[in-house]
Amino acid sequence: MDKPLVVLALPFAVFLLLSLAAPLRRRGVLAGWVSTAATAAAFVTALVIWRDGARGSLIVPWLPGDGGPMATVGLLLDGLSAPMLVLVTLVSLLVQVYSLAYLDDEPPRSLGRYYVYQSLFAFSMLGLVLSPTYLQMFVFWELVGLCSYLLIGFWYTRPAAARAAVKAFWTTKLGDLGFVAGIVMLWSNTGTFEFEALFRMAKDQTLPLEGLTTIMFLIYLGAVGKSAQFPLHVWLPDAMEGPTPVSALIHAATMVTAGVFLVARSEPLLVLVPAVLTIVARVGAFTALLAATMACVESDIKRVLAYSTVSQLGYMLAAAGAGAAAAGFFHLLTHGVFKALLFLGAGAVIHAVGTNDIFRMGGLWRFMPHTGIVFIAGTLALAGVWPLAGFFSKEAILEGVVAGGRPGVFVALAVTAFLTAFYMFRVVFITFFGPGHPHGDTHPPHDPPWLMRGPLWLLAALTVAIGVRFVIGAPGDHHPPVWLTVLSLALAGGGIALAWAMYGTGVIPVELVRRPLATIDFLARRRYFLDAIYGGIYRGLMLGFSRVVGWIDRYVVDGILNVCSAWSLRAGDALRRIQSGQAQDYVYGVAFGVLLLLVWARWWRTP
Amino acid sequence: MPGLHSYLVVAALVFAIGLFGVLTRRNAVGILLGIELMLNAVNINLVAFARLHGDPIGLLFALFTIAITVAEVAVGLAIVIVIFRVRRTIDADRLDLLRG
Repeated sequence: MDKPLVVLALPFAVFLLLSLAAPLRRRGVLAGWVSTAATAAAFVTALVIWRDGARGSLIVPWLPGDGGPMATVGLLLDGLSAPMLVLVTLVSLLVQVYSLAYLDDEPPRSLGRYYVYQSLFAFSMLGLVLSPTYLQMFVFWELVGLCSYLLIGFWYTRPAAARAAVKAFWTTKLGDLGFVAGIVMLWSNTGTFEFEALFRMAKDQTLPLEGLTTIMFLIYLGAVGKSAQFPLHVWLPDAMEGPTPVSALIHAATMVTAGVFLVARSEPLLVLVPAVLTIVARVGAFTALLAATMACVESDIKRVLAYSTVSQLGYMLAAAGAGAAAAGFFHLLTHGVFKALLFLGAGAVIHAVGTNDIFRMGGLWRFMPHTGIVFIAGTLALAGVWPLAGFFSKEAILEGVVAGGRPGVFVALAVTAFLTAFYMFRVVFITFFGPGHPHGDTHPPHDPPWLMRGPLWLLAALTVAIGVRFVIGAPGDHHPPVWLTVLSLALAGGGIALAWAMYGTGVIPVELVRRPLATIDFLARRRYFLDAIYGGIYRGLMLGFSRVVGWIDRYVVDGILNVCSAWSLRAGDALRRIQSGQAQDYVYGVAFGVLLLLVWARWWRTP
Repeated sequence: MPGLHSYLVVAALVFAIGLFGVLTRRNAVGILLGIELMLNAVNINLVAFARLHGDPIGLLFALFTIAITVAEVAVGLAIVIVIFRVRRTIDADRLDLLRG
């Protein structure tokens, strides 16, 4: 188990080095190259691990307890974590290379800070993937959440970015509350956090099933927050305020898929509680559909991709809920590659034209052919067109859902597939082939430098290569039913055709389609009022409650104190008057007192 | 020869007159005079009881009291003079620096 440790230690060492050695960090580009080199070494190591097919685990005691350690930490390398290692290190590496060019006009100081966060994120994500226990997973889970917060708010002087960072942090924390409660309850039921021990118990049917439904639902809540499932998906579109490479790495390829990873990891426990699986599948399918409709009307290129990510995460979780966690995990891997490609491509476009609005782009194909080709490759993969990577993973999911016997989920996912093809090609047609806008003759947009182009081409090649690998022959030579293949190709083709007709040639006027769907269009443009509802809940409930508490504090608590102090003042003022300062008055008091004592002693005192 | 009772009544009357003076006089010298009367009432008591019991120690106490009274008057008058120098008055009503 040395190699996974190396993979984990490399980014951590860079993080320590860059955060402690301030002169190096302030050099900016140099810090970037150091971090990139370490990530490259980690990637090569991960690749070796994956090729070797090594499996195993390393567990060391952490928290001492009565009769054996209460909690353990370590590394777990299996069929889930090995491919994830490759994906995380690969996308991290490409994003770090890409960022060197993308963030070239950042001051060196903040570029150094960027790479500190990047290496911390790589460490945290790898630690999450390699976790052999729920507890360790939770620790790294929070660490990636922190990195996400730091990187969304990288341009923290922009109010929108700062707000988005806080929103992302709090929204995911809402789910994490469930996660931590779930693992603590699981621990109190079984006495262990370790996956292998828990799965063994599940297999031997010695796992206490009592309360397991609640526990697994709570753990699933963590995935709802992290993987942006309805109703906690609202943070992901806002998270696009961060730099585009960050969106590609954290908010498309790796961190947001941690929820899917968690569900895939917990599958042996989840199959024991069908009720939770049903929830996972239905919420996933609903999220996929809902986010797809919002992506159809969005005009910010990064937000389209963000909604698409939410939608695809819903896809993966729907598969996991339908009992096809392997298909969901497969889609996670392919999606990680082509969604990173799409984000980096969008970053190249944004870098060239200086806006996120697709309607202010247009005709970019002539200026940026390289970016155009790779972006279209990624779009075709996301739309699920044969023979690219997305086609096979999406088909596997649909097949798994059919096999799981969930027709409702299947219909939602099929409609989503159609919408996915539509909204992605809407972006392509508007951005690359739409009516050209005057970009100024002196600075026409152009393809990015090779430092950015390299990662794009590599990811595009990988997207095609994975697809081709499956065309040649899927492992196990498994063939889905023909009607499913035809259906998924028809859905993708239909979506592309509609987008082409509406935005490519204008054969079908946009208004013609929009009018019958006016209600959905109206709602989707306003994000189904979910942000407004949350804002309303916040204002109504939280602020209302705060106001009541504030009123009580101001008028009841302070009031009691004020009354007490006022009485004290009055009493003091009254008592003050007996201190006349005249000796005769005091003598009078003494004499009268003595007289009283005498009277009391003579007549009132009982013998 | 009047009995003890008469002496005690006289002493009580003198004491009451002295106390009345102390309480009502506005002049500081008058207050001192009242105190003198009260002390002398005590002396009358001491002498009366000494005679009743035939014990000369009571007389001795009366002598001590007279001596101390002299000292007290000397100190009291000195204080009154100092007060007059500072405040230009010895009216008890206006000596209220310690008023709360």
